[in-house]
Formats: sequence, structure tokens, C-alpha cells
Amino acid sequence: MATKVVMEALSPTMEEGQVTKWLKGEGDKVASGDTLAEVETDKAVMELVARGDGVLRKIVVPEGTTVEVGSLVAVIGAEDEDISSFAVDTAVPPAVESSDGGAADVAALPTGAPPVPVSGDSDRVKATPVARRMASERSIDLAAVRGSGPGGRVVKRDVEGAVATPPAAAITGPAGFEDVPLTQIRKTIARRLAESTGPVPHFFLTTEIDMERVVEARTALNALDEGPRVSYNDIVLKVIAAALVEHRACNAWWQGDHIRYFNEVHLGVAVAVKDGLITPVLRNAHLKTLRQIAVEVRDLAGRAREKKLQPHEYTGSTFTVSNLGMLDIDQFTGVINPPEAGLLAVGSIVEKPAVEDGQVVVRKRMRVTMSCDHRVIDGAVGARYLQTVRRMLENPLAIVW
Amino acid sequence: MTQVHVDVGLDPARTDFYRRLLRQMLLIRRFEEKAGEAYAMGQIGGFCHLYVGQEAVAVGAMAALRDDDYITSSYREHGHALARGMPARVVMAELFGKATGCSKGKGGSMHLFDAGRNFFGGHGIVGGQIPIAAGAAFAVKYRGGDQVSLCFFGEAAVNIGSFHETLNMASLWTLPVIFLVENNRYGMGTALERASAIDDIGVRASSYGMTSEVVDGMDVLATYEATMRAIARGRRDKAPTLLDVNTYRFVGHSMSDASHGTYRTLEEVEENKKNDPIGKFCSQLLDGEILDHEEVENLDTEVIGEVEDAVAFAESSPDPDPENLFADVYHD
Amino acid sequence: MPILTYRDALNDALREEMERDPDVFLMGEEVAEYDGAYKVSRGLLEEFGDKRIVDTPITELGFTGIGVGAAMAGLRPVIEFMTFNFALLAIDQIVNSAAKISYMSGGQFRIPIVFRGPSGAALQLGSQHSQAFDSWYANVPGLKVVAPATPADAKGLLKSSIRDNNPVVFLEGEMLYNTKGEVPDGDHLVPIGRADIKREGSDVTIVCYAKTLAPALKAADTLASDSGISAEVIDLRTIRPLDTEALVASVRKTNRCVIVEEGWPFSGIGAQLVDTIQREAFDHLDAPLLRVTGADVPMPYNKKLERAAKPTPQKVIEAVKQVTYST
Repeated sequence: MATKVVMEALSPTMEEGQVTKWLKGEGDKVASGDTLAEVETDKAVMELVARGDGVLRKIVVPEGTTVEVGSLVAVIGAEDEDISSFAVDTAVPPAVESSDGGAADVAALPTGAPPVPVSGDSDRVKATPVARRMASERSIDLAAVRGSGPGGRVVKRDVEGAVATPPAAAITGPAGFEDVPLTQIRKTIARRLAESTGPVPHFFLTTEIDMERVVEARTALNALDEGPRVSYNDIVLKVIAAALVEHRACNAWWQGDHIRYFNEVHLGVAVAVKDGLITPVLRNAHLKTLRQIAVEVRDLAGRAREKKLQPHEYTGSTFTVSNLGMLDIDQFTGVINPPEAGLLAVGSIVEKPAVEDGQVVVRKRMRVTMSCDHRVIDGAVGARYLQTVRRMLENPLAIVW
Repeated sequence: MTQVHVDVGLDPARTDFYRRLLRQMLLIRRFEEKAGEAYAMGQIGGFCHLYVGQEAVAVGAMAALRDDDYITSSYREHGHALARGMPARVVMAELFGKATGCSKGKGGSMHLFDAGRNFFGGHGIVGGQIPIAAGAAFAVKYRGGDQVSLCFFGEAAVNIGSFHETLNMASLWTLPVIFLVENNRYGMGTALERASAIDDIGVRASSYGMTSEVVDGMDVLATYEATMRAIARGRRDKAPTLLDVNTYRFVGHSMSDASHGTYRTLEEVEENKKNDPIGKFCSQLLDGEILDHEEVENLDTEVIGEVEDAVAFAESSPDPDPENLFADVYHD
Repeated sequence: MPILTYRDALNDALREEMERDPDVFLMGEEVAEYDGAYKVSRGLLEEFGDKRIVDTPITELGFTGIGVGAAMAGLRPVIEFMTFNFALLAIDQIVNSAAKISYMSGGQFRIPIVFRGPSGAALQLGSQHSQAFDSWYANVPGLKVVAPATPADAKGLLKSSIRDNNPVVFLEGEMLYNTKGEVPDGDHLVPIGRADIKREGSDVTIVCYAKTLAPALKAADTLASDSGISAEVIDLRTIRPLDTEALVASVRKTNRCVIVEEGWPFSGIGAQLVDTIQREAFDHLDAPLLRVTGADVPMPYNKKLERAAKPTPQKVIEAVKQVTYST
């Protein structure tokens, strides 16, 4: 008699599992207890074992597919046994829907038909009509917007909070980014952290950087008196961009069901304007010279204050920098600009006592605090990125390496 | 109620009046015959209820009215429309659904209206026109006028609620309305005695304290005289009257049924045809030497020409402009 | 401005229009000697006499048809139904005659008549006295359907309805008769077919009319104070012809919409509004349109059950939170 192989609950909290690898193929003889496949759960990679003897007649769930616990994944039977009653011809079982059941119906409202299953509809971005219209008007890629409505529906407020997709022309190279599917562990982290701290689970990393050599470098550059004067902020931006190239893990967007890692760096530069804040985007900051950055940031900031920016000039950033140093703020934490995963808050350069080679000396120091979306950036990942930023600022020549 | 026998006695001085009555009956007969043909040719659609056999009722009753009186009818109202003086052309064009019809092709056979002639329409729901007729009478009384409101309906309508509700109010409020029951004995295929616990319709009027009279509806002059008496009561006393006018439909209920077979026999139909109101009135006029054969022939030829002209007019008239589909739903 | 009850505002409208036009008369059960089952016609018999304030037998079909005939003959009848629940007996005359005669006659006849009276539920009157008929009449071309919520609108709309040259179904409410509000002095007319924004807002449009204005406004207040949600409350006032322009403009502004109606859900007014809005404002919608309706049951007698079957502020609040993704 044939045996159904189902996705088993391999951890106490597991609701779904991904078949990462089939260790047996169709037609292979299997015995009860044999490992059939590797399954990634919310906690770890586990083994799915056979609960019967015979031949692995049919693999229902292909590798890489996630199904709910209890779903049929394969059938074991005798070599010549009719297994059609298992209806295994029905290709792939329904993909797992978001566990967000959507808002409950208003109690006394007439309830319509039960929710339509959206299996097979996963490519389609669920968005409200007004969200679609606004995204179209603002050149925002809806697929890149995290939907906060029921079942991940992109609603108006999501588009309002989103940034435009970088125009195709600005993308260098054949692939401007890479979409990496979420692993089970990453999904669980994302869900749990979001549940505990709100839509974007922030954490913060602070480091203090010695700026003596930046000050020297800037003084020397500006002494050349060629072209625009370079600000500390320009140098910081240049370093942040260069470091992000080395740490692509921090140059990313949280996309709800996947993470988008960018190969280019588009820096959002927070600018205070009369009645608020806007973040014009320094596109391809990693490719620009200090002088280009100096000119462009000045232009963007100036037009931002005059409210003359075009939508594409303030949307599409991959990482944001907020500098309150000129306002004498030593240190602060910034709020991430979704769907970006990171933001660097830059404080003032201040003279303060520091210990160098066992001696207390007065040094020019600057504190930076990185806000990280924990769904994308783990503590050590962010810390290593800050190490690079610090290394580069303390040795400005590293920029040109 | 007792039948009132009046010796009409033909008066040569009223020859023109008699000729007019005969001409109208002939017109209705020829018109209905032509309508039946046009229906068979597919030129008229939907329901179509012919009036053949009942001509004396419409013509006799209508002859008693003034131009400012009101008329309300059922869906078997081609004869009433023609007897009221609506041109055969606009009636036929309406049956053909043409823009030149009295209702611009939007009403059809069952919904002929003529506001200028106070012809308040053909109504398609049995009994629906009865309170409307009382409403016209209410308006007359409200304004202190002396018009009457004449309402035609079949005997099958005497069992419906609106009949009773209206008779009660008309009597209670003494409204100048004449309830003219065209008693052709069958409501579609159901004989009066199979539908009504009381087959003397006058009893129903009595129960509301209303005067009633049984009338020979195959006799155009008898119908005329009875209507005159009812009108006098209406104009003078503002009192309603019910007339139980006995008649007979020589054709089926509508175009989709035979004149006989299931609910009545061929013999019965043939027997009643011997009492044809037109033939009877012709004989009276010939016997009384009011008209001669040639005059009658001429009248018939004349109305046949009029009906043929009406058909030609209807055929050549345009369909309503589709742009007018939404017109006439509301008034400004 | 004087403060009047809805009842007295209607009474004023009747009096003023009867003074203005001798063709206007009021007919119905208990309108004259009893002074009106709900006292809307109080004092009118004394003022205008029994020719113009006409008591009828309990015979809805009959006196409705008499009204239609009188209108065809040129009068301007106001037909009072003690409640629209009884008008079911008259609906043949309202629909087959009043609504269709103009069209069937190719426009030869106009039927200037007002059918008025309370519709829908009051309190614990049971199933046969508690039905809302808005969608029944609004379904019929040839009828206009008016459902005012405030004394000022009741007066202004009744006057406009009496002057209108078409049959108007004028839906009042037993629960509205005692409500009070400012009513402008003088010949106050409110045009038929014009909605009114009773409260401005930016986050969601709450559509209502007649009895549902009160729960809609209450919900809007609570939403503003408790949830920071700014609701725009739009009172249709006329159901047919619908003020599509005002409705769509509001939804285009707020992107979300909740419709509150007293009647049953299936084929209700809200169903029609949803159709209109999705066609006219599709690209402006940020959430499915939701409806708060009467429960899909004959009205129960028990007080708690009855309350559960009616639209309430809480049900409106829940629907608004759902469409604004605030749950």
C-alpha cells in the first residue's frame, strides 16, 4: 500500500518548510527511516525521512519550494502500484500564502465569498488602484515596495513612503541588483523582529572616528583652490559609498518576501528644508569623485531648499546619510527610510581628549551611529561595515585604493 | 340589476349621428382586421388584444362624452382610442412601434395615450386604470368642474382589489366616474361564473351603495343611452355609476390563442356572431330607411381606405431615433 | 435661524406649498381629523379644509391610484403613507403607473406627485413595520427618490419635491421626526439630486443618507478623537438621481469609502454606489469599498437583536478602520 510523504513539523514552531534538496529520486528504492530530503525549517535544516517501504514513486514538491506542514510532498509505493488516487498529477501544491490572514471582517458586515486563494498569483504585485497610479506617476517599481495591507497589498501609504526605482539609465552594468530569496531563518527573524519592534526592527551601532587626517586632507585639498571647496560631509559621503561597495549586505532593500542587494550606491542625503526634511539622492555615489560629489550635493541641497527637485531626484536611494554635525549634535540616531536597510547618522567633529599610545591627547573626533533594519542587517554585519567606514576616514587615502 | 329597456326608436333627424356611429364601428372592425394581418406579418409585436365584436361598447359609450371628459382604459383599447377620435394613422403607427405613433413607439398596442383628448391610456395591469379614472374624477370635483371620467375594464377586473377600493372611495366621496364593465364573459379563458362568487356584477356596485345598470353592449344605441344616463348622474350629482355592458369578443384573448376551442365552443362563438353589433345596427338603419345599401358600402369603402392609409403611414414611418431612448422618462 | 423638529419642518413645507399652489393637496390615512399618524399634517385640516386635506380609507392601492389619476389631470397630490411598509400594497400604482406613464405615453403626461412617509425601522416594531425600501424605489426609472436626514433638508427637499414635475418617493423616518435642527427662514428650497458634505475630512468618505447620517457623524467624531482618522461624511439627500459628481469627488480625495445604509445588503443602495464609484474613481481607490447595512434578516422584535441588525457607529468605525488599514 502506498505511503504519503508529507511535510512534517520538524520544529515546535514550524508552520512551513522548504524542500532544499531531494536525496532520493523518483524510482529509487526507499525503506522506512531513510532520509528522503533536506528541509529547511524556521530554525534549521532538518531531514525528512520515509515512513514506509517501497519505491519513491512521485516527487510532488520540487526543490526550492516551500509548503505548509501537512502538505503532500511525495508518494512511496510498490513499483507497479496505482497511485493515481493521490492526485499527484496536480503539479505543485499551493504555495504558502502569507500567514497574515488580513484584517478580520467587520463583524456585522455582510461577508462575501471566502478569500480567494492566490496561489499561482505570486508574481502579481497586489496593490490598490491608487497605489498603482501613484507609483506610475512617481516612477516607483511596485514590486520593490513593501505592502502593509492585508496579504501584503501595497496601499497608498506604502507608495508615499517608498522611493523611486533608480532610472534604468543610472544603472551601470547588466544587473543593478540581485534579488535573494529569503531563507526560512531569515523569514523567521524578519517576522519576529517586526512583531517585537514595529514595522522596521531597528538596532543601532555607534562608533567614534578620529578625524585628524580628514581635516588635514580637506585643508590640503581646499588649499589647491581648484574648483569647488570640499566639505567634511562630502568626504564622509564618499567614504560611506566606497564602504558600501565593500559591504553590499548593508546596501539593500527589505522587500517583504526577499531582499534586494544593490551593486550601485545611491545615497540619500537628508536635507532640512523649511517645513520638513527631504532626502535628495546622490546617484552612483561610489563612482563619483570628491569634486563631483561636492558640486552635486551643493546643487541638490540648494534646489531641495527651493523645493525645485524632480521626483526622480529624491527617490531611489539605497542607503541614507543624515548629518547634524553642523548643528552641533555630537551623536544621534536616525530612523531608517524604508525599504532601505541602513542609515548613518553623522555627528559633529569635536576636539576631545583621546588616548593615543598611552597618552591623553586632544584629537578631532566624530561619532557616527548606524541604524540597521535587523531583518536585513545583523549586528556583526553592520559592525564590520562601520569598521570599514572608520578605517577609511582615519586613512583617507584608502578611498583611492 | 334589472335591465332597463328603452325603446330607442330611430329618429331620421339624427341620421348624421347614426352614420357617425356606424362609421366608427366599421373603422374599428376594419382597423382590427388589418392589425391582425399586420401582426401575422410580424409588423406588430408583443401582445395585441383585438376588439372585434365589442365595437358597439366603445362607440356607443364614447358618443355620449364631451370633449373635456376623461377616458381611461385597459390593454384592449384600440377601439376606445379610435372611438375617441384618435386618428387611425397614429394608432396604427403606435402598434407598429413607430416614431409617429401616439406614444412615439414607446407604448405599443397596450399603451395608447392622447393627452389632448383626455385619453388617459391603455393600462396593462388588470384593474390598474380603475383608481386612475377615479383620480381624474377627483380632480374634476376638486376644481368644481362638471366633467365625468369614463373607465373601461373587463369583467375579470371586478375581482381585483383596486376595483373594490376604488368603488368604495368613488361612492364614499361621490366622484363623477362611470365604471364601464365590458362584460365579454371571459377573463382570458376563464368564464365569469368560474371566477366570481357573484356573477351579477351589479351586486358589487350595490354593496358600495352605487347605482348600476345592465346594458346590451351589442346594441350601440342602448349603450349610448345608458352611458348618457350615467353621465347625467355624474355631472349633476357627482355620483358614480357602474355599467355592466354585455358584449362578446369574436376573436381570441390575444393574438396567440384561437377564438374558440378550450374554454368556449365554436358553436358559441358562431351563435354570438349572429348578434354582431355592426350587422345588427346596419339592419336597423336599412330597415328604418335611415341609410341605404350604397351609403353603407360607401362608408365601408371609406374606412377601408382610411385603414389602408394608416397602414401605409405606419409602414413608411421611421422607427424612433435611438437617441430618444432615454427621453420622456423624466420631465424638467 | 429657528430650531425646528424634522416633523415641523415637513409641516411647514406642506403648509407653504399648499398656500403657494392651490393644486397641491394631501391625501392619506389619518392625515386630516387625526392630525396625522405622526402629526406631520398637524393643523392643516383646520387651515385648508377637507377638500385639500383628505382622509382616506385604509386602501393604499386605491388612493395611490387616485393620486396618479389626479396628477394626470393636472393636480399636485401629496400622498402620505402611514409608513412605506404599507405602500407595498400600492407599489403597482407607484411603479406601473406613476413611474411609467410619462414614458409609455411618449412624454404626453407628466405625473407631479409626491409619495411620502416614514420608511425603515423605528423601535421594536417587528418585521412588517421595519423595512427600508430605498433600493426598491431607487431601482425604478421614472421615480425620484429623496431621503433627507435633517430638518432643514427635509423642508427644502419636500418643497422641491412638491414642485417637481415627476413622481417623487420621499422617505422620512419615525426616528427622525423628533430630531431638531436649524431651518432657514423663508422659502427654503434644497434642490433634488444634490448631495451635501456634512463633515469634511481627508482619510475616508462615509456615505450616508436619512437615518444613517447620525451614526456616520458619530463614528466620524470618534474616529477623529480616538484614532486620528479624518472622515468626510457625505449625505446623499437624494438617492435618485444620484449626485455622482459629489460622491466621486469625495472618494477621489480620500481614496477610501464606507457606505452606510439602513436597508438590506443584497442589491442595496450601497451596491449601486460601489458600482458607480469603482467605475468613476477606480484609479483613486486604496481599499475595497465597504458597506455597513442592515442585517440580512427580517427585522427582529427583541431590542438587542434589533440593535444588532441596524447600522451603528461602532460598525461604521470598524469598517473605516478596515479600509484605512488601521485595525
